[in-house]
Amino acid sequence: MTDWLNVIVQGVLVGGLYAMFAAGLSLIFGIMRLVNIAHGDFIVLAAYLALVVTQTLGLNPLLSLAIVVPAMALLGYALQRFVLNRTLGDDLLPSLLVTFGLSVIIQNGLQELFTADPQKLQAGAIEIASIPVIDGIFIGILPLMQFVFAVVIIGALQVVFYRTALGRAFRATADDPAVAQLMGLDNRHVFALAMGLSLAVVAVAGVLLAVRANFDPSIGPARLIFGFEAVIIGGLGSLWGTLIGGIVLGVAQAVGAHLDPGWQILAGHLTFLLVLALRPQGLFPKVRA
Amino acid sequence: MTARVSFATAGSRIGQVLVTVAVVFLAAAPWWGGRDDLRLLAEIYAYVALASLWNLLAGYAGLVSVGQQAYVGFGAYMLFGLAILAGVSPIWAIPLAGLSAGALALPVAALIFRLRGHYFAIGTWIVAEVFRLLASQLSVLGGGSGLSLPANVVTGIANSRQAREFLIYWIALGLAVGVVAAIVWLLRSRYGLALKAIRDNELAAQSNGVDIARVKLAAYVLTAIGTAMIGALIFLQKIRISPDAAFSVNDWTAFVIFITVIGGIGRIEGPIIGTIVFFLLRQSLADLGTLYLLMLGAVAIAVMLWTPKGLWGLIVDRLGFEVFPLERRVIIEDGVKA
Repeated sequence: MTDWLNVIVQGVLVGGLYAMFAAGLSLIFGIMRLVNIAHGDFIVLAAYLALVVTQTLGLNPLLSLAIVVPAMALLGYALQRFVLNRTLGDDLLPSLLVTFGLSVIIQNGLQELFTADPQKLQAGAIEIASIPVIDGIFIGILPLMQFVFAVVIIGALQVVFYRTALGRAFRATADDPAVAQLMGLDNRHVFALAMGLSLAVVAVAGVLLAVRANFDPSIGPARLIFGFEAVIIGGLGSLWGTLIGGIVLGVAQAVGAHLDPGWQILAGHLTFLLVLALRPQGLFPKVRA
Repeated sequence: MTARVSFATAGSRIGQVLVTVAVVFLAAAPWWGGRDDLRLLAEIYAYVALASLWNLLAGYAGLVSVGQQAYVGFGAYMLFGLAILAGVSPIWAIPLAGLSAGALALPVAALIFRLRGHYFAIGTWIVAEVFRLLASQLSVLGGGSGLSLPANVVTGIANSRQAREFLIYWIALGLAVGVVAAIVWLLRSRYGLALKAIRDNELAAQSNGVDIARVKLAAYVLTAIGTAMIGALIFLQKIRISPDAAFSVNDWTAFVIFITVIGGIGRIEGPIIGTIVFFLLRQSLADLGTLYLLMLGAVAIAVMLWTPKGLWGLIVDRLGFEVFPLERRVIIEDGVKA
């Protein structure tokens, strides 16, 4: 019994990480109908950036966030402003193909620079520290921290989106770009800010991923897929929904892995397909006013 | 005075004569080329077919898939399964692999057609991942590490090695020519008119009575059939299969997309030109390894941003020359005989 409880608790905590993958994806899709196929590769890029920062400055990985997050945000802004804005429009091919090309470029570029060898960020004693909850159930500090980060980030995005001038600009541009522009908003700038915010979230997710597990240049697409599955399971357009989606996916994978190690990822995919078959709008779709 | 409708232009007649001559010349390759030439050419034909099929799906039906490796791998595994477990001749297993992929594509489409646009693309990728993970659970077909076609199955195709190589070469050429011809025929039919109408304006097409869901479904299923047959052939030639090779996103989707985009998406000639450019680059830059893929990605992005019609689009715009025109032209003929 505690065995299964443990599996579920671990799944829920990993779900926080998936929710972070999902939040960045959901954010830019909601605002500019763009799906960044290179999303997962940016997560891996952030992990490598943190690796370089920790190795050259001797910083703790968590402190490296202070450099990695702004750097990724700037990259996101520039990428959207100078490349991706040109691909937006009714035709979805250009943005899909350009981000797909970026994905291949990042993967192979990282492999060229860092080889295909797995890497990991060393965070010290915190990696193995855990809190006993009840008999036989331990919660690792790191997974717990990951989950708390996810909740805080999603909460913060929610506040930004619905309580600030920036959020108002995001929502206005998402609803009607032409009218938003007439009201004096510069769409190119708003879109670039959204991508900057998305890659800032990606940066946090990438660093936390890299502290917990090995990473190499090829793991990006799987992270994109996990994030995407969390978005669809949770329900399009809902930020808290992505958290639930991430948790459902994390638990499904943990249960699958517990049954048979070969079934971990497959169990997640099958859960996604099941939700798609039975409830294509997701578990918690955004209620339309 | 009479009028008739024709697809052909003076340029396309010349072009098609050239294409016919080229196909005849290539069909004779076993008599003028070495073993390596045949292998390379067969690989080129496979890519022409894969890219043409992806072009039908993404360029005409508006279904941008990044998961066609699902059907390449499925076709390949069907061939190995039919040949090893059911004793079917590998040659017959190719069309059977295509038909079973078509049957499988129906329930898959029922699921992923619920996702729109960009999300559809990622949905196709997840389906391909599910196929790959399931294939690595198939212990009768080697599980995660894969297996080779047994010697008796291979010799069952033809006794001498040379005869086998010739046979596989001709099948590859036949499939590529067949796929391109079928797509030209399809796009010139009523169905093709519906497809192009949807591509240009979905709402207008619908209000003119085009059943959009059905037309797209047909494109998806037909593409699955063709892609699986090519997948079966590719791995018949390789003799060895593994889940990672059969469901490789780089080999069967990234390359195929880059080929189509560079050559010219939404045109019959685009994937053919793209494949030629791709192999010319590969033969001269193969030593670069990962850098080659990186450069290819950069070129594809540049093409998409600056000349979204691709290389063939540039040719058509400058010279107005098409080998396989799809537009109908009305030709007015003077009825008075001289």
